[in-house]
Amino acid sequence: MDDIQKKLASPSKASHEDIVGRIISYSCIAAIIILVISILYFITSRGLATFLTDHVNLWQFLTGKDWNPGSLNAQGKPQVGALPMIVTSFSVTILSALVATPFAIAVALFMTDIAPKSGTKFLQPVIELLVGIPSVVYGFIGLTVVVPVIRNLFGGTGAGILAGTIVLFVMVLPTITSLAVDALRAVPAYFRSASLALGATRFQTIYKVLLRAAMPRLLTAVIFGMARAFGEALAVQMVIGNAVLMPRNLITPTSTLTSQLTTNIGNTIMGTLPNNALWSLALILLLMSLVFNLLVRYIGKRGEIKS
Amino acid sequence: MQAYDLNKNHIVTPPGEIALSTNQLQVNYGNSKQASMVNASLSFPRFQITALIGASGSGKSTYLRSLNRMNDRIATVHGEIMYHNTNINSPKVNVYEVRKHIGMVFQKPNPFAKSITENITFALKAAGITNRQELRQRVETSLKEAALWDEVKDDLNKSALALSGGQQQRLCIARSIAMKPDILLLDEPASALDPISTAKLEVTLKELAKNYTIIIVTHNMQQASRVSSYTAFFHLGHVIEYDQTETIFQTPTIQATHDYVTGNFG
Amino acid sequence: MTPNQTDRLATRFIQFLVLIVVLILLFLLGDIIISGLPHISWHFLTSPASSFSAGGGIRDQLFNSLYLLVLTLIISFPLALGSAIYLSEYAGDNWFTSLIRTAIEVLSSLPSVVVGLFGYLLFVIEFHLGFSILSGAIALTFFNLPLLIRSIEGSLHAVPNSQREAGIALGLSNWRTIRGILLPMALPGILTGIILSAGRIFGEAAALIYTAGQSAPILDYTNWNPTASSSFLNPMRPAETLAVHIWKVNTEGVTPDAVSISAGSSAVLIIIILLFNFGARAIGNRMYKKMTGGK
Repeated sequence: MDDIQKKLASPSKASHEDIVGRIISYSCIAAIIILVISILYFITSRGLATFLTDHVNLWQFLTGKDWNPGSLNAQGKPQVGALPMIVTSFSVTILSALVATPFAIAVALFMTDIAPKSGTKFLQPVIELLVGIPSVVYGFIGLTVVVPVIRNLFGGTGAGILAGTIVLFVMVLPTITSLAVDALRAVPAYFRSASLALGATRFQTIYKVLLRAAMPRLLTAVIFGMARAFGEALAVQMVIGNAVLMPRNLITPTSTLTSQLTTNIGNTIMGTLPNNALWSLALILLLMSLVFNLLVRYIGKRGEIKS
Repeated sequence: MQAYDLNKNHIVTPPGEIALSTNQLQVNYGNSKQASMVNASLSFPRFQITALIGASGSGKSTYLRSLNRMNDRIATVHGEIMYHNTNINSPKVNVYEVRKHIGMVFQKPNPFAKSITENITFALKAAGITNRQELRQRVETSLKEAALWDEVKDDLNKSALALSGGQQQRLCIARSIAMKPDILLLDEPASALDPISTAKLEVTLKELAKNYTIIIVTHNMQQASRVSSYTAFFHLGHVIEYDQTETIFQTPTIQATHDYVTGNFG
Repeated sequence: MTPNQTDRLATRFIQFLVLIVVLILLFLLGDIIISGLPHISWHFLTSPASSFSAGGGIRDQLFNSLYLLVLTLIISFPLALGSAIYLSEYAGDNWFTSLIRTAIEVLSSLPSVVVGLFGYLLFVIEFHLGFSILSGAIALTFFNLPLLIRSIEGSLHAVPNSQREAGIALGLSNWRTIRGILLPMALPGILTGIILSAGRIFGEAAALIYTAGQSAPILDYTNWNPTASSSFLNPMRPAETLAVHIWKVNTEGVTPDAVSISAGSSAVLIIIILLFNFGARAIGNRMYKKMTGGK
C-alpha cells in the first residue's frame, strides 16, 4: 500500500471538520423543532384545561356571550362565553383587510406597472418605514388621534371596532403591499406585452390579465395581512376599549382575543378557571394562525396548478 | 440528427503508466432513471493531456465531474474509478483526499473574493500548512507554473476579482496546483476566455503536462488537437471512440467520430 | 365611456390611492416627530421614570431596550446562523426539510403575544426565572428566529454555486468552505438582516410585557457586577423597555404627563429604528462594494 492509498482510506482533518459542522447545524435545527413543538404543546395543554379540568362546554365557550370567568351565572356555571371577543377579533381583521387591500393593490400596481422606476424608488422606503413603526406607536397614535376624532364625530368613548380597524388598516397595509408587489412582479412580462399588443389599454391589461394571473398570490398577500391583524395585540388593545361586550356597532368599546389576553393574564392566578379561560383564548389565536398558514399553502398549491 | 449505433465503439488502452481509469461508469442525476452517462471505461495515461470532446449534452462534463466526486450531491455514480489501486468511487474513501490529489478547474473562473495570495493559501492553510516560508514559496511556484507570476507579482494582495478573466482562470489553475495534485481536471477552461487568453492558457497547459496528468473537456476541436495526446469522443452519454489524438482527427474508426471531427455532425 | 377614458380614470384612481398612503405615512411621521421632539431633552433621556408625578424620563427604559437587544442577538444569532447553514447547505430535498420549513413558517406566523405568553409560561413560571431580561431575551429570540433564519439563508443562497465548487474541488471540507468562503461573501446580507431584525426587536412590546416585565427598578450604573441585584448588567432583574413603557403609561393612566412621555418615547423609538434601517442599508452597500473589489 503506498502513501496515497493510505491517505485515501483514512479520515483526515477535513472529515472531522465536516462532522463538527454537521453536529453544529443539526443541533440548531433540532433546537428550533423542539421549540416549535413545545410552543404548540404548552399552549394547547394549557388552553384545553378549561375544558378538561374545569369541564366547560366547548360549544358554550365558543357561543356564550357572557365573559366573567370569576363568577357563576344563574345556573351555577362559570361565565366563559368567548363569542364577543371572537366576533370582535374577526370583525377588525376582516374590516381592516377589506379597507387595506384596494390601497395595497393600488400601491403595488403603481410600483410594478404605472411608474416602475420612480414608483419603486419612492414607495419602497414608504412601505419599509410603515413596517418599521412599532405597534405601540401605532396604538399611541390611535389613542391620541383616531379615538378623539371618532369621539367628536360619533359621540361615545371613541374606542371600538372602528378605531381598531383604522389602526390595523395602516399596520397591515405594508404587509399586503409588499407581498402584492411580489405577486405582480411574478407575472411574466409576456403576459403584459401580449395583452398590450392586442390593443388592450393599460387598465384592461391590469384588470383582465395581470390581476387574474396574480390572483392566487394576491389572495395569499391578503391572508398574511389578516394573520397579522388577527394576532396584533397592543395597538388594538389601546384603542378597542377592552370591555367584554358583544359589539353592537362599530363605536362601542369591546375586546379582541389578544386585548383580553394582554389585559388580564397578569391579573389571574395560574391554574384557576379565569386563568385557564385566558389560555383557551391563546389557543384560539394559535389555531387561527395555523389556519391562516394552511390557507396560504392551499391557495399557493392551487395557484401553481393553474398557471 | 442522424442516428448512430451507440454501442459500436472503439476504445484503446494507452501504453505505459496509467494515472486514472474508470470501469463501467454510469451517472444518474437526481432521481432520474435515465442515465446521463453509461458504461464509460477509459484509462488516462500519466503525464499526458487527454481531451474529452463531444457535442453539448454528450456527457463529457458529467463524466469529468464524477472523476473527483464533484457529482456526489447531485447524482448517483455507479462503476469503478481506479486511482492508486483504490476504487475512489466507494463511499468509504476519504473524498477530501481524493479531491486533493485530483484537482479541478471550472468552465467559468471562480476565484474567491479574497486577495491573490489568499486565494492560493486558503486551502493550503486548511490542509495544515502554516509555515509562512513554505506558503510564500508555494504561492510563487504555483503562480509561475500557471504563467501568472510575472503579471501579478507586485500586487499579490490585490483582490483576485480585479484580475481579467484570463488571469482569473490561470489563478484558479495556480490555486489547484498549489495543492500539489496528481491529476488536473479541466472543464472547458477556455470557454469564457478571449482568443489571446486561450492561446496563453494552452501554452500553460502543455508546460503543466510535464508534471501533471491532465484531463480536459473541450468543445473546441482545434484546441483538443493542439494540446492533447489522447482524445475521447462522447455522444449521448456513450464513449464512442478513444485513441491517440492524431488517429481520432485523421483516421477515426467509427463513423460518428468521423462525422463529428469533420463537421458533418447532426 | 371609451376604453381610453376608463384607462385614464383608473390610472387617476390608483394615483389617488397611492397619494393617500403617502399622506398617511407623512402624517404618522410628522405627528410622531412634531409632537415628540419638543419633549426630548437631555433631562428626558437621562433621568429615571416616575410613575405618579410628571417630569419623568426614560433613561432606564432606553438602556433596558438596548441591553435586551444585545442579549437577544447574542442568543438568536448563533442559532439562526446554524439553522440557516443547515437549510442552505446541508438540507436535502425531502420530507424532513419540508417539515423544518413548515415549523419555521409556523413560528413566524405566531402572534407575538402568543410567543410572549409561551415565554411567560415556560421561563417565568416553570423555570422560575421570574420577570427578567433573560426571559425577555429568550422570548424575543423565538420571535426573531424565523426572520433572521430567512435573511441569513437568503444571503447564503445568493453566493454563487461556483464558489462552493471551488472550495470543495480543493479538497476543503464543506464546513471549511462554508466558514471561510461562503460566510464572508454572505456577510453584507447577513449584517443587513441582523440590523433590520434589531429594529423589530427594539420596537416589540407584546412579547415582553409578561416576560421582561413592566417594572424598572432603580439601576446602579456604577455597579458592574452582573450578579448584584441593583446592577444595570444583571440579566435576572425585571426590565421595562421603551416600547413597553409607552404601552404602560397609556393603559395605566396614573402618570399625569403620559401623553408627552409617550410622544417623546415614540419619537426616540422611531428615530432609533430609522437609524437602524439607514445603517443597515449603508453598511450593506459599503461592504458589498468592498467585497467585489470596486473600491
